[in-house]
Amino acid sequence: MKILVAVKRVIDYNVQIRVKEDGSGINTDNVKMSTNPPDDNAIEEAVKLKEIGKAKEIVAVTIGEEKAQETVRKALAVGADRGIHIKSESYIEPLGIAKILKKIVEKEKPDLVFLGKQAIDDDCNQTGQMLAAILGWPQGTFASKIQHKDQVIEVTREVDEGLETIEINLPAVITCDLRLNEPRFASLPNIMKAKKKPIEQLNAKDLGVDISNRIQQLKVEEPPKRKGGIKVSSVAELVGKLKNEAKVI
Amino acid sequence: MAILLISEHDNSNLKVFTLNTITAASKIDKEIHVLVAGNKCESVVKEVSAIPLVKKVLHCDSPNYENFLPENLTPLIIKLSEPYSHILASANTFGKNLIPRVAALLDVSQISDVIKINSYEEFLRPIYAGNAFATIKSNDKKKCITIRPTSFDAASTSGGTSSIENIAAVDIPNISKFIKKEEIKSERPELGTARIVISGGRGMQSGDNFKLINDIADKLNAAVGASRAAVDAGYIGNDHQVGQTGKVVVPDLYIAVGISGAIQHLAGMKESKVIVAINKDGEAPIFSIADYGLEADLFEALPQFLEELNKLNTIQK
Repeated sequence: MKILVAVKRVIDYNVQIRVKEDGSGINTDNVKMSTNPPDDNAIEEAVKLKEIGKAKEIVAVTIGEEKAQETVRKALAVGADRGIHIKSESYIEPLGIAKILKKIVEKEKPDLVFLGKQAIDDDCNQTGQMLAAILGWPQGTFASKIQHKDQVIEVTREVDEGLETIEINLPAVITCDLRLNEPRFASLPNIMKAKKKPIEQLNAKDLGVDISNRIQQLKVEEPPKRKGGIKVSSVAELVGKLKNEAKVI
Repeated sequence: MAILLISEHDNSNLKVFTLNTITAASKIDKEIHVLVAGNKCESVVKEVSAIPLVKKVLHCDSPNYENFLPENLTPLIIKLSEPYSHILASANTFGKNLIPRVAALLDVSQISDVIKINSYEEFLRPIYAGNAFATIKSNDKKKCITIRPTSFDAASTSGGTSSIENIAAVDIPNISKFIKKEEIKSERPELGTARIVISGGRGMQSGDNFKLINDIADKLNAAVGASRAAVDAGYIGNDHQVGQTGKVVVPDLYIAVGISGAIQHLAGMKESKVIVAINKDGEAPIFSIADYGLEADLFEALPQFLEELNKLNTIQK
């Protein structure tokens, strides 16, 4: 079995983001970037399937500027076999990303595509589902457990009411929840070895797909600030305030 | 313009988030048609047709739709989509699973998690887990949108008499199968929809100490949350995590105990109506967003808190 894993470079989850003063977006200059957290779970799951002999090859793919390659390099250090970097200097909406990934799927012919369930920058939660749709494949979204059985894969999904288990035919798209596994850290020898693994580079605009954006971002602003609160001096005062002033208990 | 709204239900009852989504839809256009696709779901059709804001119910009854698999629902929605300008569903795990599949096949760039409607084409949505708000305009002819339910009031459920149209089922691809659903049985309300949430952080020092939190949660009928630090330390399961990488909650009251207030945690709770912070470090960032801050050792404060609650004659549930 061959697995394609899509990873995205985003602002690190521990960074306090800053909205640009002109309202045109988020400041990314000199900001720590890292792999989108659930994408780490996607890589980890693929590597685990390889370790138990279910997967033969893992290909990691990313789409973005030159530095996005770092996320592929990290995936290689954790256990992916080779990488693909599709270069694009500008933001591409999930629909365009799905179309690019479809091209890669047609070329690589994987049995499974793993992605994180959502990117923590634009919070769209669309790419995996869109890719599955245009491929005509089934989808296992928000996966917290997967079990591979011959021609099908059993996916346990995190849904609002609890857990849902479905069985989907291969090939399939799986989007990974943080609960799927514990991503490992790359060891130093593996980081060194990853430097020798190949990364193929392609240009997004050379792939012959329509990646034009349909959504105009008119303005980005900070959410309304909370008014400063007060300090209370005792538990009794706190309960009194909650009961009589805030009226929430 | 007309809106096709995909209802969420369990074949017997309508899920409440659909009511919030109907209110959001009414701010785009008054011509709201609601699809009720399911298996033997007549009671849901009846429920939806009584909602005054709904103009028409599209009822599609077939075993194909019993478990609402997106692979099966999508061809039906695509077939129905032609006359509609907008296709809407709730931005919960139901809508998030389904709508991108529909949007991609219509070649539409979806608008996720809308919290405010400015016009039929302009919307406000949170990005970076609510650390920024983006105003966006969709240039697609058809718009596929998911609505954050907690940002809109629930629509009224009685007095309406909308028309009902029966729709024939369409072929399904037979590529996915439902196996089972395990609803998490908890005495406590669900984290995502609870009116009160009480969360513990690294300051709890151990999993056993969460008993102090649980006791108060039981008293207040609150859900129990945790910071990523507490989850990483193994004090409590991942499903309790509140934050950018966990659940985003918007309760009436959020009580943060022994939580310093890392950015990633704040992103998941700072829209709560009232925030209480209990922390022994007076400089903890959580105090900067708390309406009521108590600088105290949580191991003394929590038992006192329970004691004070026990003294109250009435507690809102």
